[in-house]
Amino acid sequence: MEKERALDFYEKMFLIRKYEETLLALAQNNEIFTFCSSLGQEASAVGVVSALSEDDIILTNHRSAGHLLARGAEPRRCLAEVMGKATGYCKGKSGPLHISVKELGIYLTSTIVGGELSLVTGVGLSLKMLKTNAIAVCFFGDGAACEGIFHESLNLASVWELPILYVCENNQWQAFVHRKETMRIDHISEWAKRYKIPAITVDGNDVEEVYKNTKKAVDSIRSQNGPYFIETYTYRLRGHMEPMDQQEYVDKEELENWRKKDPVICFKQKVLELASAKEIEELENNIELELQRAVHFAKESPYPNLDELTKDVFVV
Amino acid sequence: MEKFTPERAIVEAIREEMERDDRVIFFGEGVATKHYELVKEFGKERIRNVPLAEGIIVGTAVGASATGLRPIVDILFAPFITYAMEEFVNSAGKLRYISGGQFSFPLVVMGMTGGGWCVGAHHNHNIESWFIHAPGIYVVMPSAARDFKGLLKSSIRDENPVFFFIDIGLLHMPGEVPEQEYTTPLGKAKVILEGEDITLISWGKTVYRAVEAAEELAKEGIQIEVMDLMTLKPLDQESILNSVSKTNHLVVVHEASRNCGFGAEIAAIVSEEAFEYLKGPVVRVTGPDAPPPSSYVLEQAFAPDKDKIIAGVKRALGV
Repeated sequence: MEKERALDFYEKMFLIRKYEETLLALAQNNEIFTFCSSLGQEASAVGVVSALSEDDIILTNHRSAGHLLARGAEPRRCLAEVMGKATGYCKGKSGPLHISVKELGIYLTSTIVGGELSLVTGVGLSLKMLKTNAIAVCFFGDGAACEGIFHESLNLASVWELPILYVCENNQWQAFVHRKETMRIDHISEWAKRYKIPAITVDGNDVEEVYKNTKKAVDSIRSQNGPYFIETYTYRLRGHMEPMDQQEYVDKEELENWRKKDPVICFKQKVLELASAKEIEELENNIELELQRAVHFAKESPYPNLDELTKDVFVV
Repeated sequence: MEKFTPERAIVEAIREEMERDDRVIFFGEGVATKHYELVKEFGKERIRNVPLAEGIIVGTAVGASATGLRPIVDILFAPFITYAMEEFVNSAGKLRYISGGQFSFPLVVMGMTGGGWCVGAHHNHNIESWFIHAPGIYVVMPSAARDFKGLLKSSIRDENPVFFFIDIGLLHMPGEVPEQEYTTPLGKAKVILEGEDITLISWGKTVYRAVEAAEELAKEGIQIEVMDLMTLKPLDQESILNSVSKTNHLVVVHEASRNCGFGAEIAAIVSEEAFEYLKGPVVRVTGPDAPPPSSYVLEQAFAPDKDKIIAGVKRALGV
């Protein structure tokens, strides 16, 4: 990997990591209510999103910080949204869980597990029928793969040959239940193959691997070969929701093993072979500074006017 | 004026709107099979069969509507929507609000309901009030052939998600339909019979029964104003209040079950907004709190008939 791209990837992964650590500190300090952390899944988000074009449409879920920031969402406006402020991307009506940013192609974020899977077929149909060359990308987890709608979505996308990239971030956890308790298979890509969709499982903690395979998948979809399925095999290093989930139910040895594979730390070692420690430190310092400013911006931002309570229900 | 059935009126509305706007697409269980003439006209891309899976049918419509298409989906029988409540209520109904107004969902879900075919409670269940209670969704339930067409055209053109309920009992009942192009506006009720003594509000098939009751009571000298609501949400509150402030009495008639049926909401609105005009209790004449049965005699007894409406009117008038 060339230096410039490596630094770009690292910058995004570090930003996501620090952003979520910032949120955690705010939550622990009772300055925000709650959020669902994607800590440990940064490589999956950055690897996939970096392989997309500007016109592509992303659908995500409640564990979306990585997808948002990798796509270029401003941390300050994300933070403002988490705090329910008028300057947030959704005017404070989403809060931490379902942030959409239409201008960046992040559409219809749903936090009903599997909701995004039901919507992406429609987005794919639009892109296909309106003769664009764009594709729809749907992020979901192993939990959503256990919803009936997962199977309905893959089946229809396959039958209609829709331009959809399914990205299953298999983080091993379905809220408070380990994946092994709920499914007989290890790789959800096995299910996808049954719907005649090309499907692979990749090391979700390796950003280069994710990027490389996403490029391949995207090329296939743009060549009008129908949907493609990538399972990024990764791990949710934090609990289901912050700050109350203390992960008492998590096997300590498993957690430790995955911590050794921390995608941000591991990738930094690789970047250090391409860039100087000073370069990296400067990049990290800039991000820390940006996040401090973002927190300040969000805190200083006004709350929405109370007349917003009944606005945006209908198109009037 | 030509006379034809709501079944044909619905197809004409869809044909005209598909001709008018390339973004309109139509899919559902057996849609392409049943409407082969539309497939011939508009092609297999725009008229589609789908797997028998309501969740993905409605979800696909929601996603497509937010990204440039204007889907009409036929889920066949209204209770089948229970498989798609997530997609319809959480996504179509809420994602505009949740996103701070970034998205809109111009789509129509059509579903049949009501007694008439003895199909039983899994195919017949008047659930219109569920969607009036849910935010972000419009609810339409016409009674006359001309309004099936005019309201469906308006629903397709509207920028909001619409649940278009089709009363099974009316599907094959011919009515006059204008030959020239027209639409019927959403959110406007229609006074079918004018009267001074009492207002009867209804929608769907019970409108006809209300008219029968009014004609019979006219012989006793009671002048009834019958209003066909047609759109339940947005509600034409102004027309309701105008009528009640003139007649001072109100009976609401619907086939749906009584408990938390839309009649309760109308009664509450009138008692809050027009209490000073009321000279008697607001009376509801409704279906019972039970699943709709299949047996013909029981199904017929489920929806309020003329006699029950007459009894309701007399109770409201205290005569």
